[in-house]
Amino acid sequence: MATAFDEMNIGSGGVRLPYDQLFRWLNEQPQDALDYRRREAELIFRRIGITFAVYGEAEAQERLIPFDVIPRILAAAEWQKIERGLTQRVKALNMLISDIYGAREILRAGVIPDDMVFRNPAFRPEMNGQKVPHGLYVPIAGIDLVRVDADTFYVLEDNARTPSGVSYMLENREIMLRLFPELFARHRVTPVENYPDVLLETLTSIAPHTTAGEPTVVLLTPGVYNSAYYEHSFLADKLGIELVEGRDLFVRNEVVYMRTTTGPRRVDVIYRRIDDDFLDPLAFRPDSALGVPGLMSAYQAGNVTLANAVGTGIADDKAIYSYMPAVMQFYLGEEPLLKNVPTWRCREDDHLVYVLDHLDELVVKEVHGSGGYGMLVGPTASKIAIEQFRAKLKAAPDNFIAQPTLALSTCPTCIEGGIAPRHVDLRPYVLTGRRGTRIVPGGLTRVALKEGSLVVNSSQGGGTKDTWVLDN
Amino acid sequence: MLSRTADNLYWLSRYVERAEYLARIIEATQRLTALPLAYVGETNEWEGAIATAGCAAAFAEHHKEATESAVIDFLAFSRDNPSSIRSCLEQARSNARAVRTALTMEMWDSINGMWLELRRYGDGATSREELARFLRWVQESSLRYDGSAYRTMLRNDAYWFSRVGVYVERADNTARILDVKYHVLLPDNERVGGPLDYFQWSAILRSVSALTSYHWVYRDNLKPWLIADLLIMREEMPRSLASCYEAIVRNLDAIGNAYGRVGPAQRKARSIRTGLQNSKIDAVFQRGLHEFIGGFIRDNNQLNNAINQQFLS
Repeated sequence: MATAFDEMNIGSGGVRLPYDQLFRWLNEQPQDALDYRRREAELIFRRIGITFAVYGEAEAQERLIPFDVIPRILAAAEWQKIERGLTQRVKALNMLISDIYGAREILRAGVIPDDMVFRNPAFRPEMNGQKVPHGLYVPIAGIDLVRVDADTFYVLEDNARTPSGVSYMLENREIMLRLFPELFARHRVTPVENYPDVLLETLTSIAPHTTAGEPTVVLLTPGVYNSAYYEHSFLADKLGIELVEGRDLFVRNEVVYMRTTTGPRRVDVIYRRIDDDFLDPLAFRPDSALGVPGLMSAYQAGNVTLANAVGTGIADDKAIYSYMPAVMQFYLGEEPLLKNVPTWRCREDDHLVYVLDHLDELVVKEVHGSGGYGMLVGPTASKIAIEQFRAKLKAAPDNFIAQPTLALSTCPTCIEGGIAPRHVDLRPYVLTGRRGTRIVPGGLTRVALKEGSLVVNSSQGGGTKDTWVLDN
Repeated sequence: MLSRTADNLYWLSRYVERAEYLARIIEATQRLTALPLAYVGETNEWEGAIATAGCAAAFAEHHKEATESAVIDFLAFSRDNPSSIRSCLEQARSNARAVRTALTMEMWDSINGMWLELRRYGDGATSREELARFLRWVQESSLRYDGSAYRTMLRNDAYWFSRVGVYVERADNTARILDVKYHVLLPDNERVGGPLDYFQWSAILRSVSALTSYHWVYRDNLKPWLIADLLIMREEMPRSLASCYEAIVRNLDAIGNAYGRVGPAQRKARSIRTGLQNSKIDAVFQRGLHEFIGGFIRDNNQLNNAINQQFLS
């Protein structure tokens, strides 16, 4: 594995331009000043209640995601490249999903094998031939990017289902503004605080055609026990919309209503943070207590917009991901502006042979997995772990893909007793409404706090940073 | 506004109010038991505390005898008692979490702060001093919550529902104190003025934070019928039944005006208030204080049910 690209230091004391002021400022700070503010930040987070739940840890029901006070900085030109690439990619994702549930031209052309779609657990036959309002399936996308050198960002993962984490993008900035006003005085940082406004505009713009007057938008949460509950309530608050649970909604004559103190009120757009499976016990999992009976019937009648649409999870699949360059070529006739990480599909025999031979150098992931669970990072795994994984892989090769172990870029990060480089990724949030795509400059930077670790997921010891996009 | 949100706000206020009331009962009882036996007689004040808190049946399920430590633990820290101070504060926090968007930052701060602090008292208080600190802290937290609601909330239905919760709970608490102690308030000439009664009366007033008010209102020694008058009829006494119902009617009317519709809850509240306004304390005693209070507690519960049906479900 090559040495990682550091976003601040270029070696022998040199500093990359966007980090110029930050570098000077860091050198002026006594170490205990940073420590002090780090503790202060933690106190504020705890006080506001920005916590998340880790599944399977009963005693630590509410934990803080560690926050690193050193920002990650992108120059305006770098961001513009990213922005164009994301817009292109989300356009293709939307066309792909629309096609899969529509004419299926991409399957007939043989670009993606049929069974990869039809045997995919995220594929929803209920959506076949189903029109969605304004033809928009993925109004909210979170695209995970990693950087390997000064010029190259790879797309690591598409999140077209219910991408989370945007509350950290907003809160991290608020905390930074409170803790380091003098640092902001030295930079021109593009604001992110308008994200809720853009999101609300996006959601109201895709209300169903049957809506009379100003559409009523709600955010549907699984409830307080969900790991992202804080984010749900935070966003509902910032958007000024009701935060509803399944039991607050009901369906009558294929129209969705919420129960209010003044009686039933019609709901037009549901920003749902609940998986397809749990949306409607009549259509999907009958044992789900989180959903709304009859919601799918209202959806199919075109009386309510779900954002994102049902069945978009197919694009999160890591095997489908591996076809994205071809998908973009097929619909747009364009080369991807943001590259895919080279990916081996273990379902293909020659790929599998290669992967089995190189397990100790590759990252192997489950195609339907998320959150960093169930993956193998070859170079850091023990011999035993590799052999155990080999057996799993051989038993069900269709379930896995493999990628080279990328040298993710590093950023300076506060650690016990100093500052050291740690690996980071970036998740920008891409909003697409009736009037086009908008991306608030920045996103969520996740950082692997353990030395050498490449796993940035918060469930596995990752932290977050504020992400700055500089104005020219 | 979502019915569930209104329900959560209403109960959030009730839980905080109840926690404060429990802290007051424990404090008042401690004072009574600290008196020499000659002054108080052979009664078990801790049994009285359990009865005043309205959880005699639940207590009997877990304890044989109402000892000081058993009662304090049950009322303050027990997880078995759904109405202990700890349970109230935990439910308040969980309600608050469910309706964060309806709370102001200051309200959330006070509830969340309470909950964080509560965790310091894992297995209860280790000493009398610590218990005293705990009880003071509970009362201060309740004041802080109440004050932050009063000073920072928008005057809309969210505010009104949370206020109604405070006063329905407060009315219930005041009524319960009167109900348990009604026997010492009876105008029985033989016993009036004895040291036992005197300290019982002042304990009652203390538990509703009304001892000083009493003297300001009546400029007289503690007299049982005046105490009853203060806690039932006097609108200027913030914990009296009359005052609670003045506030309940006012807040339910605000909701009615905003929604352009008046229903069973508003009518019930109004009729209870009129009943209180038309009563005279002499008549109450003639009819029987115990019966009067019992009737009030039933009415108050019916109002709770009417609110629930009209708005919260």
